[in-house]
Amino acid sequence: MSESFTFYIDGVPVEAAPGMTILDAAQAAGIWIPRLCWHEELEPFGGCRVCTVKMNGRSCAACTQPAEPESVVENDSVALREWRKALVELLFAEGNHFCMACEKSGSCELQALAYRLGIAAPRFEHRWQAREVDASHADVLIDRNRCILCARCVRASRDLDGKNVFGFTGRGPERRVAVNSDARLRDTDLDVSDRAVDICPVGAIIRKGVGFTVPIGARRYDGAPIGSDVESANDELESANEHTEGGAAATVRQEE
Amino acid sequence: MTSPHESRVRDICRQHGSDPVRLLDIARAVQSEFRGISQQSIDTIAAEVGVPRVTVEACVSFYSFLSVERQGEITIRLCDDVPDRLAGYETVRDAFVHALGVPLGGTTADGRFTLERTACIGLSDQAPAALVNEVPVTGLSSDRAREIVESLSRHGDPRQLVRKLGDGNNAHPLIQSMVRNNLQYPGAILFSPYNRGEAIRKAVAMSPAEVIRAVKTARLRGRGGAGFPTGMKWEFAREVEASPKYVICNADEGEPGTFKDRVLLTERADRVIAGMTIAAYAIGAAEGVLYLRGEYAYLLPFLESRLERRREDGLLGSGIAGKHGFDFDIRIQMGAGAYVCGEESALISSLEGDRGDPRDRPPFPTTSGFRASPTVVNNVETLCCVTRILEEGPATFCEYGTPQSAGTKLLSISGDCRLPGIYEVPFGLPLREVLELAGGESAAAVQVGGPSGRLVGTSEFDRRICFDDLATGGALVVFGPDRDLLSIVSAYTEFFIEEGCGHCTPCRAGMPAMHDLLERVRAGRGEHADLDRLRELGETIRRTSRCGLGQTAPNPILSSLEGLASEYEARTHEAEAGMRQSFDLDAALQPARAVPGRAPAHL
Repeated sequence: MSESFTFYIDGVPVEAAPGMTILDAAQAAGIWIPRLCWHEELEPFGGCRVCTVKMNGRSCAACTQPAEPESVVENDSVALREWRKALVELLFAEGNHFCMACEKSGSCELQALAYRLGIAAPRFEHRWQAREVDASHADVLIDRNRCILCARCVRASRDLDGKNVFGFTGRGPERRVAVNSDARLRDTDLDVSDRAVDICPVGAIIRKGVGFTVPIGARRYDGAPIGSDVESANDELESANEHTEGGAAATVRQEE
Repeated sequence: MTSPHESRVRDICRQHGSDPVRLLDIARAVQSEFRGISQQSIDTIAAEVGVPRVTVEACVSFYSFLSVERQGEITIRLCDDVPDRLAGYETVRDAFVHALGVPLGGTTADGRFTLERTACIGLSDQAPAALVNEVPVTGLSSDRAREIVESLSRHGDPRQLVRKLGDGNNAHPLIQSMVRNNLQYPGAILFSPYNRGEAIRKAVAMSPAEVIRAVKTARLRGRGGAGFPTGMKWEFAREVEASPKYVICNADEGEPGTFKDRVLLTERADRVIAGMTIAAYAIGAAEGVLYLRGEYAYLLPFLESRLERRREDGLLGSGIAGKHGFDFDIRIQMGAGAYVCGEESALISSLEGDRGDPRDRPPFPTTSGFRASPTVVNNVETLCCVTRILEEGPATFCEYGTPQSAGTKLLSISGDCRLPGIYEVPFGLPLREVLELAGGESAAAVQVGGPSGRLVGTSEFDRRICFDDLATGGALVVFGPDRDLLSIVSAYTEFFIEEGCGHCTPCRAGMPAMHDLLERVRAGRGEHADLDRLRELGETIRRTSRCGLGQTAPNPILSSLEGLASEYEARTHEAEAGMRQSFDLDAALQPARAVPGRAPAHL
């Protein structure tokens, strides 16, 4: 087995094993790199590009780029914050997002990221595309108006559920999440307990009947901004390191 | 009950071994026979090939030449690329619309005709042009459009539209096309006479490492536009200890305004195939694929015959050129209308039967490409250069060009010039001299390298065609002084929006936003700050996109903001204090006025 190595994120030395991506190594070190399509249980997709960093001066997606020994990675800089802000704003302009009327509000990663990045008013014209809603399934609905095409459902259904309920059709701005039937979600073998259902970062795939079980105010991002769980894991990691010899490699679980 | 239709679709699958990797071929065959791939056909293909139906649907919906809706027996695809627009596309389109009685995208009630528009089909020097099923028709006018519809209504055979055969091999019995080569300036390297088998015999007399060294000594760089050193690419693939390995020829030239590979494939097909064979010998590959863009399907029988002749001559197959153990063969994969497939990782996705979505790099194709094996992807022109280097030796090759850019470059020139066509020029030639050769001296601007390249104004005409100055895959579209350059920028921006795969946010969502801003400026409603917004957004897209398409998609706007700033300045105005120039009070009030039926007031 090859040796682990060190590289630097914003000047902080970070350990990585060969083949590890920048994002995974950062995550393990308690450094938060903003992202949307990345999910710890899934193969990286490199779609949202919100995790763009600069490695040795060149921009790349932290979720797909393997870390390199001694490389210098820029994560939290003015230029990168501006790019990420623009990307998140573009996602808002592209889809039809009405946070105040969305049952995912407060638990939505897109919304939470917008708050954390300081997005206030839209800079880009909304496209107001007509998108399909499919509520045919008894337990799950898909609202493509809120979809950000992150492929989490596609990957989860394929790789975690072993089902291939979702895929993509069309290209360019016409790309959409499609379901594995000639028309409706109810004709697929999707089950409400599938990982693909809960893994959606936004309100595009929604479990029916539980929308307001957790009241507004008590939701995932109502108390602390997105990413703070990763960063506080860092604090815990540091204090753990102070108290125990060698320290424990705390696994960072960021699900609720 | 199995319908005859369904069992025929099943047969088509089985003819392709029901292999998911052949999904694109299967889809093409079903499309061609049934003029569409119905929902039922999608189910049948999925079941027969053993993939989820959504995978088949994903593929069908990705390619322009595939459709779920049934098309007419004859599909007329009108090319609406910029050179066609300059040459009168709109009147031709209107003539077709009128003669057929359907709008663009429509199918006639009797199911005979479908009329569509399409991006560049590689005939910019004989625009306006169209594909009638697979038959190219060139130099269209409104009269000719009416004639075509009238004639097809009578006999229904697109091949009968060809009245005068083109020059060279365009008249070959297996091509019989009206396409012309327009070889205006054949140079010393690519179009020199070709002696079949010479390069291969020389190659197999050397060791693979020596062949790579020769290509390196010639300082050959990829001709598709990116300019990566070919010898280095081969060496990477050679060094990977894995088997099998693959050689792929990228004949998916889709950069609007490019048609050089069409002429090479028509006139020097053997030189292309020889280049692939030499690459195979160098890296240790036994299998090659020539990925031919769907628009060039009319060349397929001819290219197949060239492969067959080489097999007969012992230049393909086992023990090539008498070299024991050197086995290599080539198949042709047809594309189906997708510009992004010219990007090498997208091309590999497409070859595997998937949507042509680009892939993440690393891993690079030389490590993990086609079927996760080491794969070399080279451009048609690059492979011709390889053959020439083996024929004449690296020293002769390097007599042309500059130290950083050895050899010659094939240029496809179209637009406002007297002699559109193909030019093989030594690297380093100033753009001004290229324009003189082509009779485009009065140009106000030139799109160098197609839309992904650079729109250069007169102030940059002394720049040189080479990798370290004006790098280009070879497309030059010339614009005269009377052209509305921002409408051209807009057309190229629309091209990128349409051809993006949609995988990543910046290109998919950012390009429409750039287009909005550009249109605002074009309409005279832009402010100076909008130009800064365009620059910022363009930079974001360039730096955060996943593949080369996204990274270059903002180029038409960004390069024209640099080189043709006055075009923008003339149309932007400072808004009155506290007002936004983009705000149109009249338009905003219109819905409210419509309710009581009031006429617009004067503001």
